[in-house]
Amino acid sequence: MRGIHDLGGMYGFGPIARESDEPVFHEEWQETAFALLMAAGSVQPGFNADQYRHSVERMAPGHYLSVHYYERMLTGITTLLVEQGVLDLADLEARAGGVFPLALPVAAAPMAAFTPQPEARFRVGQQVWVRQYSCKGHTRAPEFCRGKSGTVLRVAPKFSFPDTSAHGGELREEHTYHVEFTARELWGADGNDSDSVVVDLWDSYLEGDAP
Amino acid sequence: MSRQAPAPIAARAAAVKSALIDKGLLTAETFDHMVHLGAEAWKPENGARVVARAWTDPAFRARLLDDATAACAELGYEGPQGEYIVALEDTADRHNVIVCTQCSCTAWPVLGLPTDWYKSPEYRARVVREPRPVLRELGLELPQEVAIRVWETSAETRYMVIPMRPAGSEGWSEEQLAGLVTREALIGTAMALPAHRQPIAAS
Repeated sequence: MRGIHDLGGMYGFGPIARESDEPVFHEEWQETAFALLMAAGSVQPGFNADQYRHSVERMAPGHYLSVHYYERMLTGITTLLVEQGVLDLADLEARAGGVFPLALPVAAAPMAAFTPQPEARFRVGQQVWVRQYSCKGHTRAPEFCRGKSGTVLRVAPKFSFPDTSAHGGELREEHTYHVEFTARELWGADGNDSDSVVVDLWDSYLEGDAP
Repeated sequence: MSRQAPAPIAARAAAVKSALIDKGLLTAETFDHMVHLGAEAWKPENGARVVARAWTDPAFRARLLDDATAACAELGYEGPQGEYIVALEDTADRHNVIVCTQCSCTAWPVLGLPTDWYKSPEYRARVVREPRPVLRELGLELPQEVAIRVWETSAETRYMVIPMRPAGSEGWSEEQLAGLVTREALIGTAMALPAHRQPIAAS
């Protein structure tokens, strides 16, 4: 099943609110949150983007959905800094003058079993399937495309495999693929004959044969 | 589990900042530098200049489509979240639009930090399933015969859209053309501005 961050295709969301001439930051604390993300690598040993993304994904769902993007950012980074012993939660709460909610701990056995794929197994034009897998930790194949079939549009370079990168597993790199799924394949009757979604997927997430 | 209301978010952010500074792990100058990058150095005007160059220079357009990371770097646009950029060219029968459904990944050096609507759960949830109603709601009505490709930024590729060059912009300078390319056009939730919207440049 999906985590709360995996929003693609979820029903029930209303109109998209826009603000004209929106500033990059609305308030000073948002600048602080962004600067913390940028500087996190220099204060936290072993920091990486996947670990950071998962720290945000671990927020309680109600908290995640109800706060601003930069509050999610601040919550995630602070959670990592507290977990790694760089900062102390009691000290932060004393400084803030109240409760400082953090993200929840990493799940036990967070990684799905994936076989490392050091070489590109797929080529442009090939039909592929996304594995129908379950994973409690960080992963980047959105649930809306799992078990679905698409066509490779582009073979991208190798990048660090996010599931293991986030969870201290074996560091490895794999190619990603821009895989195009028809709207009908993804959404059935909700889809449109002319439209499609392209998802950027690591080699391990894919199969060359129908499941 | 505590049911107390959290401390105000501004107080929580200030607490983390002051704790890191007091421990000697970061300086106030580091914070200021990062904010400068986010608020001033990375902006959609950079991507607009890339698009205007592509509209006026066929050799640059070819390089942009072949290797957008290198082409953007030619104009000085590179850095975090710009390590592997792919440019998506709109045509008369295909429109491209970008989203990151799982967080809010964007090509910072050429699009700038994303605005709140792009980061909203509403946009992230809806644009993949119902791109036409979403684009219509955002002011872009596309004919049924124009195919829409929604690009989900799920891995390390960062996308930018090359919108179609507006009719009536023939002979315009690169700078004038860049003024037609908005953040929304680079994301794909709008077309480039019509050429008559451009103020007449002083000569």
